[in-house]
Amino acid sequence: MQKFQQEYNMIISQKKILIIDYKSGNLFSVNQALTNIGLNVLISSDADDIASADAIVLPGVGAFGDAMKNLHNLNLVLPIKQAVESGKPFLGICLGLQLLFTESEEFGYTKGLDLVKGKVKRFNLNNSEGESRKIPQIAWNKINRINDNTWNNTPLQDIEDGEFMYFVHSFYVEPEEPVGLSETNYDGQNYVSSIQKENIFACQFHPEKSAHEGLQIYKTWASINNLI
Amino acid sequence: MKTIRIIPRLDIKGPNLVKGIHLEGLRVLGKPEDFARYYYENGADELFFQDTVASLYDRNSLHDIITKTAKEIFIPLTVGGGLRTIDDIKNVLRAGADKVAINTAAIKNPQFIREASLKFGSSTIVVAIEAIKGSDGKYLAFTDNGREYSGLEVVSWAKKAEELGAGEIVITSVDKEGTGEGYDIELIKSVSEAVSIPVIAHGGASTPQDIVRAIQFGKADAVTIASILHYSVMQSFDSVSSDYKAEGNTSFLNSGKIPKKITPSSLNEIRAALINAEIPTRI
Repeated sequence: MQKFQQEYNMIISQKKILIIDYKSGNLFSVNQALTNIGLNVLISSDADDIASADAIVLPGVGAFGDAMKNLHNLNLVLPIKQAVESGKPFLGICLGLQLLFTESEEFGYTKGLDLVKGKVKRFNLNNSEGESRKIPQIAWNKINRINDNTWNNTPLQDIEDGEFMYFVHSFYVEPEEPVGLSETNYDGQNYVSSIQKENIFACQFHPEKSAHEGLQIYKTWASINNLI
Repeated sequence: MKTIRIIPRLDIKGPNLVKGIHLEGLRVLGKPEDFARYYYENGADELFFQDTVASLYDRNSLHDIITKTAKEIFIPLTVGGGLRTIDDIKNVLRAGADKVAINTAAIKNPQFIREASLKFGSSTIVVAIEAIKGSDGKYLAFTDNGREYSGLEVVSWAKKAEELGAGEIVITSVDKEGTGEGYDIELIKSVSEAVSIPVIAHGGASTPQDIVRAIQFGKADAVTIASILHYSVMQSFDSVSSDYKAEGNTSFLNSGKIPKKITPSSLNEIRAALINAEIPTRI
């Protein structure tokens, strides 16, 4: 049998990548994946660590409202906004994508970080043919280019159009500015599945759970941002 | 588009991968890490680990296997077996699982589903239901590998689990499990149509066509498969490595015998059957 091995063997980077721990979900797999590609990862909920890090990762699963509450309680909203405004590479994953938006329609309206204009919406219970739709979407699904978007110089540049990624979510984002990088169709509903806005790259899918192609996205993100 | 997930299921006893019939009579098949790696490299959509003895003897050797696997395998890992408390879940997630499957603890205290899904997120909590068909044709929910009747009827329990915050349901037909008699289509369909969360079918596949039927007629959103995949892998492994430490019945493994009704099939062969039936899959 083939022995276990690293997907990518390389020297560990000196740059400090900070995963924000705000008590919303399991950080283990994101940490494993980023470490596996050679990044120097720190997990913290400390504002000073955010300020001194070379790049920021905002992961997360669960409810939007609870997550925003946690960010407020941990006094992380301002440090996150400052980190984004400072221009350092910022990676949002799943709920970490949704939180960047203006507001979510979960349980009425909940305000988000408002770093990207737009809304977070819930999948309708019925698809376009009136059949009931399974929610959450828990599936591998395709990420497709939007219009003539080339993905050049983005974390998706080494991924093929239509590649499968792993998704787990009940809500999706609807940007009100042209930040969409890929789109995905779940049972008839088309939605933006990743965005790029200046130094922010964020995706609805989980690259850390999307096998070799997912790790490639992290690797490209790190490489175009000179983190490795 | 909605792709169907194919999830190899690894039943673990101590350090070994085992397989039984009707969730009993376990045979040692090999090292779980080897099988996990093989399935990952061959395009498995997720992996499902079930500790077969934890709920009886409080054993948690599964943690070591999960930790080793999670370092090198970048697809979702679900772990079930003997998880009774919030701390049990926390520990298995910390070891590297992405989701947990709970059965006995959820039936004994349904609020455990709510508590766990609020704490870890609904998508982390899979409720496992072991079903046995009663003489009146109704499906009844069991615990402890099909040994204890819970007093609950399967469909209403599935609905209740959804209401309490379960993210997915894995439905096992104890009657069919390990027999190679095909999935219990009626069971899967009745659960899948009753809830709006994804339903994973488990128990009974003997051919790729059985899997096609579970999806087409049973409306399964995912399938978890053990025997036909494991026996296919065993045929492709040259031999068991020398540092292999067995616990239990290994004579079966050495004999090379495979239960008659099982048609060993690789992930590729299963995927080909699905594509042939126009069922979308990854890859």
